[in-house]
Amino acid sequence: MDTMRDRFAPVVSRLLDEDPRVAVVLAEIGVDGFADARLRHPDRVINVGIREQLLVGAGAGLALTGMRPVVHTFASFLVERPFEQVKLDLGHQDVGAVLVSAAASFDWPAGGFTHMSPGDVSLLDTLDGWTVHVPGHPDEAETLLRHAVAAGDDKVYVRLSVQSNAEALPVDGTRFHTVREGRSGVVVAVGPMLDAVLAATEGLDVTVLYATTVRPFDADALRAATRGAGTDVVLVEPYLAGTSTTAANDALADVPHRVLGLGVGRAELRRYGTLAEHLTAHGLDARTLRERIGGFVGVGGGRRVVARS
Amino acid sequence: MATTTTEHSRLYTHGDLPRLMGLMTGDEKHGPAATSTLDALWVLYDRVLRVAPGRMDDPERDRFLLSKGHGPMAYYAVLAAKGFVPVEWLPDFGSYDSPLGHHPDRVLVPGVEIGSGSLGHGLPIAVGTALGMRAQGRTEPRVWVLVGDAELDEGSNHEAIAFAGPAGLDRLHTVVIDNSSASHARPDGIAARFRAAGWSAVTVDGRDHEALYAAFTAPHPGRPQVVVARVEPKSA
Repeated sequence: MDTMRDRFAPVVSRLLDEDPRVAVVLAEIGVDGFADARLRHPDRVINVGIREQLLVGAGAGLALTGMRPVVHTFASFLVERPFEQVKLDLGHQDVGAVLVSAAASFDWPAGGFTHMSPGDVSLLDTLDGWTVHVPGHPDEAETLLRHAVAAGDDKVYVRLSVQSNAEALPVDGTRFHTVREGRSGVVVAVGPMLDAVLAATEGLDVTVLYATTVRPFDADALRAATRGAGTDVVLVEPYLAGTSTTAANDALADVPHRVLGLGVGRAELRRYGTLAEHLTAHGLDARTLRERIGGFVGVGGGRRVVARS
Repeated sequence: MATTTTEHSRLYTHGDLPRLMGLMTGDEKHGPAATSTLDALWVLYDRVLRVAPGRMDDPERDRFLLSKGHGPMAYYAVLAAKGFVPVEWLPDFGSYDSPLGHHPDRVLVPGVEIGSGSLGHGLPIAVGTALGMRAQGRTEPRVWVLVGDAELDEGSNHEAIAFAGPAGLDRLHTVVIDNSSASHARPDGIAARFRAAGWSAVTVDGRDHEALYAAFTAPHPGRPQVVVARVEPKSA
């Protein structure tokens, strides 16, 4: 199967053809994919070289002239390294852009910690007004990229990963999607965590919500799900554990509830290896997820039958 | 060449600027640091920039980006003299209800193209602005960004400088107000670094209006232009 990143250049190249407002800003990474588009649109496919402060600043300047910049590099160099440019050149200047990242939390484990960005969504959470899309499949990535570029002058972050679910689901760029309904807890699976969550919760009496747009957080969907499944909530996110715990707590502020936030740990592993090994190391493999989800919803007064002596 | 302008049927000249600054500072006498940008700003707004209070939504206007947002009294005085902001706003400078902060905010102040304060942001944004003009086929608008010599310590500027020369952004202009405030500098190092990146560079007396005007309007085909405007040392 191709990856989300394989879809990025073809989709955005078509958007360049369709909409004269669209400009792509790159910092060497991803340039090859735009070779054809650059011939057709030499002034709207811009490679600033290995200069990530300029990458975001130039994107903001383009936006100030009325254009819709699509700014791309690895997440660590798009959100973390030029974070003040994201905060000031976009937020404070009151202009929008579409930031599209690759490499995610540990797409390239052999590349080590310098190319891992489990904190990108948490960082954006310190800022106002960002939409955050976390597709779980290349088809979803395509839909969400189009949605992001079409979102007026909004500030939108699209987090692409090689981690992917086997099948795409319909996504609308706004709402969570109910995948499974149960009565003893709600599990919110974010983007590429869905397949592992479905495997982990097989046979458990829980509702599974699928989230590909995590900011704004679909509080209505979570509240609605808790009406039938109770207020034990587990979040399974492909970036820092607990990133959306505050959002889930806020959604349920007026009812007693419990939230377990699962995701990538903060501790630096200092390991290379494979994506699967890193998922396991962070407890995000299906077997560990089953233990942690089952243990959590099992002690919350849910419907699990407990033998009494 | 016009050297005066009107606002509320009042004419303002360069000689009025100390009084306008005094409305913010409470003193009509200002040291060199407060006025380091004043003459360059005046010459730009009075004789060079194709901007006006009624043109701020015109995509064909020139863009002036004040990157060095510290000490903006001279900037606000010039904007008031040219009718972008009411003179009545000046005395409330920095108060909770005033649009005029100690660093300018483009969302609050008419005529201000970027918010600034954190150093090293204006030049990269100016590069993007010039790229935006080029991408839209707008060949008329010129982009100006004003930075301080010590502001060039920030590495983000050097990302922009190194890109803009080879990219041939000939609508882009940088004014460096050089009051020798950088702690680690070499003689004529500023112009040399721009030149090495393929910019056209000229160094002038930042108090000499004719010299500034000549530098601001000198042709520089195919290259961006930097004007290093030397003024009294900050520490003098």
